[in-house]
Amino acid sequence: MASPAFTQQNRKERSTFTIWKALIYVVLAFWAFMVIFPMLWATISSFKTDQEIFFSPWGLPGALQWDNFARAWTKAKLGIFFFNTILVIIPAIGLTLLLSSMVAYVLARFSFRGKQFVFYLFLTGMMFPIFLALVPLYFVMQFSGLLNTFQGLIIVYVAFSLPFTVFFLTGFFKTLPTELAEAAMMDGASHYRIFFNVMLPLAAPALVSVGIFNFLGQWNQFILPNVLMSNVGLDESQSRYVLSQGLYYLYGQQFYQSDWSGLFAAVTLVTIPTLVVYILFHDRIEAGLTVGALKG
Amino acid sequence: MKYGQRTFIFTFLFIPVLVYVVFVAVPYLTSMAVAFTKWRGLSMNITFNGFNNFIKLGNDENFWNALSHNGIALIALPIVIIIISLFFAFLFTQGIRGNGFFRVAFFFPQVMSAIIVGVLWSFVYHPTIGMLNGFLGILGVSSMKSFPWLGDPNTVFGAILAVTVWQAVGFYMVLFITGMESIPPHFYEAAKLDGANSIVMFIQITIPMLWESIRTAIVFLALGAMDMYAIVMIMTNGSGGPSRAADVVPRYMVEAAFQNGEWGYATAMAVVLMLIILILSILSLRFTQRETLEF
Repeated sequence: MASPAFTQQNRKERSTFTIWKALIYVVLAFWAFMVIFPMLWATISSFKTDQEIFFSPWGLPGALQWDNFARAWTKAKLGIFFFNTILVIIPAIGLTLLLSSMVAYVLARFSFRGKQFVFYLFLTGMMFPIFLALVPLYFVMQFSGLLNTFQGLIIVYVAFSLPFTVFFLTGFFKTLPTELAEAAMMDGASHYRIFFNVMLPLAAPALVSVGIFNFLGQWNQFILPNVLMSNVGLDESQSRYVLSQGLYYLYGQQFYQSDWSGLFAAVTLVTIPTLVVYILFHDRIEAGLTVGALKG
Repeated sequence: MKYGQRTFIFTFLFIPVLVYVVFVAVPYLTSMAVAFTKWRGLSMNITFNGFNNFIKLGNDENFWNALSHNGIALIALPIVIIIISLFFAFLFTQGIRGNGFFRVAFFFPQVMSAIIVGVLWSFVYHPTIGMLNGFLGILGVSSMKSFPWLGDPNTVFGAILAVTVWQAVGFYMVLFITGMESIPPHFYEAAKLDGANSIVMFIQITIPMLWESIRTAIVFLALGAMDMYAIVMIMTNGSGGPSRAADVVPRYMVEAAFQNGEWGYATAMAVVLMLIILILSILSLRFTQRETLEF
């Protein structure tokens, strides 16, 4: 039988405990609200008319203005920006993964002269910010005729994605068992066949992780397209912009010809692919980004 | 056999290394040389200029202004972001429900592109339709009615730093939670027997055990503070803010190079910033060096 004093103390402890817990939830809910609300508000605003956005910024839309999305997609050329981005990103990610896994496999599985040099050559590329290379890169692109071309942007994306991807995949190839490759070798398979038929399929999980990482990085890339695909004097209609550029341009245009509802619709449309990728793969993305940070 | 292997290694390395050298390594290396040249406009008339670009930088008020903002970010961002994310990481250890949801939500800004974050927050800071002034109005702060957060030299850089904090906190929180999961539980069990409460345990066990992750965070955030190109470009519409009140070196450099064609001068800026970054990384790694706890 518990003494009255004891139960009282127990109750007191429990109540401070629940207050403490409640406080924790309040703080966490506050931050979650801070993260979610701006996006939610932009999404709601994208269904409003310009009048509603200005005169009742907090209200819900009277009627859903699907037209905002149509306008953003066609008149503001968001559709073209999407298409251009896909056109650049799919080959860029494919090539990044292929070239990086070739280097990583050789670095992880063979010993040869200059191996350390190649490894550190790629590793140092991870440490320097892009803007240090910007001016010479611009002229390399101009001299090779790649400035303002999609091929040029693809190859630059690949080149700047190589260091991290090589680093990540080298670590992975080192962990793969050697027996399979040795068995295939006994059967007379060439190094090329072993790589493409045995090692690459085994590396699929790592390729997916680092591929998602590259997707986010290249999808979000801002400085490279703005400098290397600025199209100055070539194309005044922005028909070759990628998304991050196009949205920046649209945002700048608001100050001259305002179409807020169209801009909100554009923001919503551009956020959707990232949100979908994130919701599907958030475990891998979290793990990939934080592991990259700890090892890099 | 041996011969086949060498050809194989060569074929596999050739294209990736070539691409990398031409588009990454050579530009980085030539930057060092371009910084010492007088090279302006569209001409290919490049002459050696000694240290003149660096002397000019020393007298360029706009450069010092931009550098001072990177300096403020360098001090403010690591402190604020690490404190907030450690605090959240601590809350996650308090046995709460729904931590999966909070974790996913908090982390999301990290994967959003700078352009989305920048445009979204420009809406939040908008003088008349913005959320921030709307909330201040609800709270009864009438003096801030129609205040242009991004249009006032006193608030523009603070407003941009706040966005950077908002974007980064979730990422560092997850980094710290991951680190905390690898701390062996018997440390806490022993401390609990000694009567330590959870705050004491956090300060005396968790933080020292997390030191490697915190160091990583400091270096990453210091590097980020030296950049800030995209977010500043977007939130100031490419101008660096009213009277350059939010300008940062990378933005000023891009202006010097791609608007004014001062290639040599702009590259000198990049080199100075690079040297600062190198010195900072070495210093921050050295100063945060502690004996790692073995377990």
